[in-house]
Amino acid sequence: MNGGAARALLDVRDLKVGLPTRRGPLAILNGVDLHVKEGEVLGVVGESGAGKSITGLAVIGLLEPPARIDGGEVWFDGARIDGLSGDELRRIRGARIGVIFQDPLTSLNPLYTIGFQLTETIRTHMDLGADAAEKRAVELLDEVGIPAAASRLNAYPHEFSGGMRQRVVIALALCANPRLIIADEPTTALDVSIQAQIIGVLKRLCREHGTAVMLITHDMGVIAETADRVAVMYAGRVIEDGTVAEVVRNASHPYSHGLMGSIPTIGARIGRLPQIRGAMPRVGAVPAGCAFAPRCPDVRDLCRAERPVMMDGKATSAACWQYSPRWSDAAAATGGAAADG
Amino acid sequence: MADTPLLQVEDLAVHFRLPLPVAERAMGRRPKVLKAVDGVSFAIGKGVTLSVVGESGCGKSTVARLIAGLYRPTRGRVAIDGHDVTAARDRTRAIRRRLTMIFQDPQASLNPRWRVRDIIAEPIRAFGIAGDARETSRQVDGLLEQVGLAGADGEKYPHEFSGGQRQRISIARALASKPDLILCDEPTSALDVSVQAQILNLMRDLQDELGLTYLFISHDLAVVHHMSDRIAVMYLGRFVEVAEAAALFAAPQHPYTRLLLETIPDLGMTKRDREAVAGEVPSPIDPPGGCAFHPRCPHADERCRTERPDLRPSQSGAGGGAVACHAVEEGRLPPAPSGEAADG
Amino acid sequence: MTAGPANGAASGTAPGTAGRLLGALHRGADSDLAYSFRRNPVVVTAAIVTLLYFFGAAFADWLAPHTPFDPSTLSLGDAEKPPAWIEGGDWSYVLGTDNQGRDIFSTILYGSRLSLIVGFSAVIFSVVLGVGLGITAGYFGGWYESTVMRAADVQLTLPSILVALMVDGVARAIFAGTDIKTDATFAIYVLIFAIGISAWPQYARVVRSATLVEKSKDYVAAARVIGIPSWRIMLRHVLPNTMGPVLVIGTIDLALAVITEATLSFLGVGIPPTQPSLGTLIRVGQEFLFSGQWWITLFPALALVLLVLAVNLLGDWLRDALNPKLR
Repeated sequence: MNGGAARALLDVRDLKVGLPTRRGPLAILNGVDLHVKEGEVLGVVGESGAGKSITGLAVIGLLEPPARIDGGEVWFDGARIDGLSGDELRRIRGARIGVIFQDPLTSLNPLYTIGFQLTETIRTHMDLGADAAEKRAVELLDEVGIPAAASRLNAYPHEFSGGMRQRVVIALALCANPRLIIADEPTTALDVSIQAQIIGVLKRLCREHGTAVMLITHDMGVIAETADRVAVMYAGRVIEDGTVAEVVRNASHPYSHGLMGSIPTIGARIGRLPQIRGAMPRVGAVPAGCAFAPRCPDVRDLCRAERPVMMDGKATSAACWQYSPRWSDAAAATGGAAADG
Repeated sequence: MADTPLLQVEDLAVHFRLPLPVAERAMGRRPKVLKAVDGVSFAIGKGVTLSVVGESGCGKSTVARLIAGLYRPTRGRVAIDGHDVTAARDRTRAIRRRLTMIFQDPQASLNPRWRVRDIIAEPIRAFGIAGDARETSRQVDGLLEQVGLAGADGEKYPHEFSGGQRQRISIARALASKPDLILCDEPTSALDVSVQAQILNLMRDLQDELGLTYLFISHDLAVVHHMSDRIAVMYLGRFVEVAEAAALFAAPQHPYTRLLLETIPDLGMTKRDREAVAGEVPSPIDPPGGCAFHPRCPHADERCRTERPDLRPSQSGAGGGAVACHAVEEGRLPPAPSGEAADG
Repeated sequence: MTAGPANGAASGTAPGTAGRLLGALHRGADSDLAYSFRRNPVVVTAAIVTLLYFFGAAFADWLAPHTPFDPSTLSLGDAEKPPAWIEGGDWSYVLGTDNQGRDIFSTILYGSRLSLIVGFSAVIFSVVLGVGLGITAGYFGGWYESTVMRAADVQLTLPSILVALMVDGVARAIFAGTDIKTDATFAIYVLIFAIGISAWPQYARVVRSATLVEKSKDYVAAARVIGIPSWRIMLRHVLPNTMGPVLVIGTIDLALAVITEATLSFLGVGIPPTQPSLGTLIRVGQEFLFSGQWWITLFPALALVLLVLAVNLLGDWLRDALNPKLR
């Protein structure tokens, strides 16, 4: 295991998710390995189709059929949770793992007041009476920064703005003092100025409560200022894992390196952005060997033949052959990478 | 004339009347008016990129659509190379040819039932640019190659391409009529960052090669910073600040611009606590009186609440900047937190 | 969904017309629609039955063992023969004969032809009318849209058979006094119009809402920016993207139109017995039901049920297969 004294709260090992189709199963996740330690914020970053949201859904048992877990293990707090029944998973969700989705509107029931939804969730997962639950609901709304919380209990979700709704969703996720929150693109639907507020709330609360967070997003900026550690996903696998500063400034995997470079920043104005040619392979068309090989500037025949496992890179671990002792023996690729649009 | 700007917009505004339920109309209630764009003026010279930046609902996309002729303006004037094209009948074929548009969603901006070849050929045919079918086909091949696709890709349908490739097809279509001005409505917002870099690079290469002028609409300040010569910051239907790109990032004047700059998530700011600014964008249906930003502004006073500031040239801003802020005008704003964001 | 690297797949193949055709055929045979078709034996059976009907109707002149409407070939000696497998039957009249000695099997072939012609023409008529009104209503909006859609609402409150009956009656009243011949051919035209006019509102509604969706997409905006005229945008851009649901409704509607035709003919306001459709055959035959010649009405009725069932099953399958939400 990639070191660290703190015990892994969530440990995902070689997780495979497939979608059965008439042309045979489509592999959506090809063996995801990641872990979240107690109280830590793990950023899971990747481009659309990399499998980051599917990973989150698979962990909490919310995969939509016919997609299903085809292999691997999910351990939470020392117990294996991937084979659990719907009821058992439901008890874990909410009580011990909170969930925040991208669109706050779909996470809230439009027919019930905010107060009802909060107290309902609190009483489902905690042994509290009606008054105590309501008191806790007000506390929670207060904590997530909703002004005049007590008076907003009777409001319906549509009476809140997008940013306020996402605050309510965070309050809902925190209801039962979970150990882990899985946040899937929590700020993507929001404007930048609101994004900052929501990220701030999330960070502060998790720090105060000691809650670990698995923050799934495509936005490296959000990861950079929120996460302790980053797992970079590509074509259904984690291809780099390291502290946020190292991944941003000194990525080991050529994909992460290219990804960080291609983000425009306001720090420096340059003529051309460094770009990675081509696009991520579609699900079902992932090449054998390293999935990044067709786009890699430094590809060798070894990369096309065999899939690399995680190895110790510069300061992070990365699934790239150049950190293997076999790299120096590997012949440079014949023909180089295909140059496509 | 040499100093005629390619695109000139004066006091452009569009007000949408929101439909009322029949019952309320019967009670004599007047329909609410959404002032999506409320008096915007600017000019873009040839070969320049002007970006309009703002949060969702501020009216930036509507500005592009007004210039494209997709909405009829409530008031104001749009001129292209000195020709007034505010009225639809003044949009001659010769003028239409010179202005095209790239849209945000590469999925919805290409007709799914058309082959890529026909999609790109549509403007060529509409403007009679190619003499015959063979010439059309030759031009389409050339355009596909120009945006980094292969001629054979023309035989395929849009769904066979990835998002980035679809946006390339969109760009090829926009180039087909050999335009001078391209209105880019959030062209990379729906794309992944690595693909975004490809598209942004392509757009800049094309600009250098063809001398294109861009009106670039975006909510992403980092992208805007990368692409623009000049930047206009928009809030609730009006420009609050216009400045040269470098000046805007080095010394933002308007409090809203400062807020936006402050909230950019940036790679360089690892584990930094962003300054969370209170409040959210108010509804454009009932915007606050006076300066629309005053409820969120830490420097607002009585004048800001009652009197709407106009866009005035700023004294301190170099390079023809303009700000609509009483506090800036009166000099009671603390100096901009300059340098922090724009060194390097 | 197409899998595979997005680039380069086509660069190896020659793009000529033949290659294009082969590619389209391959895509067709490989598509989700073809797959869901092959996997569904009921639908395959329904399709075969429907095709058999089309075939029988199209080639009735050659397939029919007798020419039932040529009086010179009829002989009353052959009248009221039971089906071949029953005592007194004759294998040259497989399904028996009617009171005038006409071969039931042959009349069914000719009757199906007429029913299908009327059904198809009525569907095409209502599709053209409904789609035309729906797409213009959705595209232009305003008072025009309100007028068209309210008219559709009003008509939808009346049962379609009632509308058809009214139109049929009015047409007959109008043309009765004129010198236009009110013969069987004329009756067919009136029927097509009557059945067709009763079905347009559903097409108009579906196409209007699909048009509203498509109109707001940016490919329409892109066409507008370069100044493509509205009629061309509607025809070339919007229309092809609204045809999915029209195909589904059209198929189910074909079955309905055949039934409506049969009903009208059964009620005696449809096609006259000189050139009978399935409905007319059933009506004529039911007079003999109580005198024991059950086959005269039963076989045409079975033929009608089978045809309508097959077409309906096809329509249902098409609706499910084209609806991504149900997959």
